[in-house]
Amino acid sequence: MKQLWLTARLDIVESLRARWFLIYTGVFGGIVALLFVFGLTESRVLGFIGLSRLLVTYIQLTLAILPIFVLITTVRSVAGDREAGVFEYLLSLPVGLGAWFWGKIIGRYLVVFAPVFLAMLAAVLVGLLKGIEIPWGVFAYYTALIAAMAACFLGLGMLISSIARTTDMAQGMAFMTWLTLLLFLDLILLGVMIQGRIAPEIAIGIALANPLQVFRTAALALFDPQLIVLGPAAWVILDNFGATGYRIFALVYPALLGLLAAGLGYFIFRRGDLP
Amino acid sequence: MIRCANLAKSFRRTRVLDGVNLDVAFGERLALIGSNGAGKTTLIRCLLGEYIHDGTVTIDGRSPRTERTAVLGAIGFVPQLPPPLKMPVGQLIEFSASLSNADPQQIDRIAERLGLPIDAVRSRPFSRLSGGMKQKILIAIALGRDAKLLILDEPAANLDPAARRIFFDLLAERQRDTTMLISSHRIDEVAALVNRVIEMDLGRIVLDDKVADDVSLSGRFACRLVARRADAALARSLEAWHFSADAAGLVWNGEVAGPDRLRFIGVLSRYVALIDDLSLREVTD
Repeated sequence: MKQLWLTARLDIVESLRARWFLIYTGVFGGIVALLFVFGLTESRVLGFIGLSRLLVTYIQLTLAILPIFVLITTVRSVAGDREAGVFEYLLSLPVGLGAWFWGKIIGRYLVVFAPVFLAMLAAVLVGLLKGIEIPWGVFAYYTALIAAMAACFLGLGMLISSIARTTDMAQGMAFMTWLTLLLFLDLILLGVMIQGRIAPEIAIGIALANPLQVFRTAALALFDPQLIVLGPAAWVILDNFGATGYRIFALVYPALLGLLAAGLGYFIFRRGDLP
Repeated sequence: MIRCANLAKSFRRTRVLDGVNLDVAFGERLALIGSNGAGKTTLIRCLLGEYIHDGTVTIDGRSPRTERTAVLGAIGFVPQLPPPLKMPVGQLIEFSASLSNADPQQIDRIAERLGLPIDAVRSRPFSRLSGGMKQKILIAIALGRDAKLLILDEPAANLDPAARRIFFDLLAERQRDTTMLISSHRIDEVAALVNRVIEMDLGRIVLDDKVADDVSLSGRFACRLVARRADAALARSLEAWHFSADAAGLVWNGEVAGPDRLRFIGVLSRYVALIDDLSLREVTD
């Protein structure tokens, strides 16, 4: 256990000093600041106003940015550390492989989750100071959604880092993973369904398997239970799950997917060459 | 202490280690030499349990792969290239000491002995230090713990003569209770440190020989050099070895660490036309 926390702490310290972390923090902090600066809380779109409007915009932007950011930075730093000899040295110290791998994941998870959450928390605190009504339920669910999203893409990133032997290959695989998930968002699925080339069950299955789609649907379903702004694929999914059931699924499934990917990554890591 | 039996390692179709058999007894000081691609680093990584391989590797009867913590707890390792760690020096020392159950103050003391002002660099990122400073930190971490086996990959490459002399003293203090494996491209860099030489080529051991062990690791040689004429380049080189000259800059006196004398003579070979007289005499306390 001591080795695990030492490794987690080490990864946090390394990340806090990395350039990617500064950019990452700046992006999410900047988004919240910009949303306030441009008066988003005062504008009304699709019935949303106040902090609800800000949060729904923030989560949409997070959905677009966080997955690719987490994937690329994770594989770059892990594969980069391996190439640069960091693994050779640190793994020559008496640390268990399990403690090393999972400690790295815990440290990285905190570093990835904290800036996104803190930016959202800052928005809530500013809202409180300005006397804006706080949608606490939405805030809590979005926090859980970001936590699940970070776990999902961190797990995928660690799996890719275990498979790829070079930084270039790892980056390529991460980008292709993100692109594949992006291609199976509801607009493309809708197009396929309209053409009638695949069974609706398959389309629903793809949408349910795609964590990006799951997050997107869950984030919007909180405000739009009638699915006015969502595509038909999301509508079919909600029809099968129910609103509450889907909200739970949207948290559990991606978190499990991330955990499974990380577990598979660990299995590959401990069976192969370490540096 | 170390036993490799039919050790083989391939990367895709390239055979990097090809049936290496090696037995190293406790207390031996081994030079592992060979050109680039000979298999030295791969062998070291197998010893550290970092590579999967064919054949067997055991250290004190244990596998470094399956019993990592127990085996690596008794190994001090200095890599050829320092890792680009961004963490502060203090944290690196704390991290490695904590994992190895070592006393961080002992690591500090060794770094200080090597001439590194540890308090001045403690909060600086490791990656921002000079090559020599990084090497001193890594040596201090390796020697500051209770290691029975030291694996040193070109350990003195970035050290100045004064730090090298202290490094040899530190090795001398450990030689009775430690096995050492020192890797280098060139035999003259490490010959005086070891009592056995293993040369590798294309993944095989091509030479396994004993070395005359007449000069101790902590031995000193008093050196007197007479130059034909004063020369700025020669003066700079000798000053780097902490030699002092007479008023005319012709007669130079200084001390060279025993294990460093080959390297010293290598430096002098560049100025052979300028040297009228040279003597090296072992200093006895």
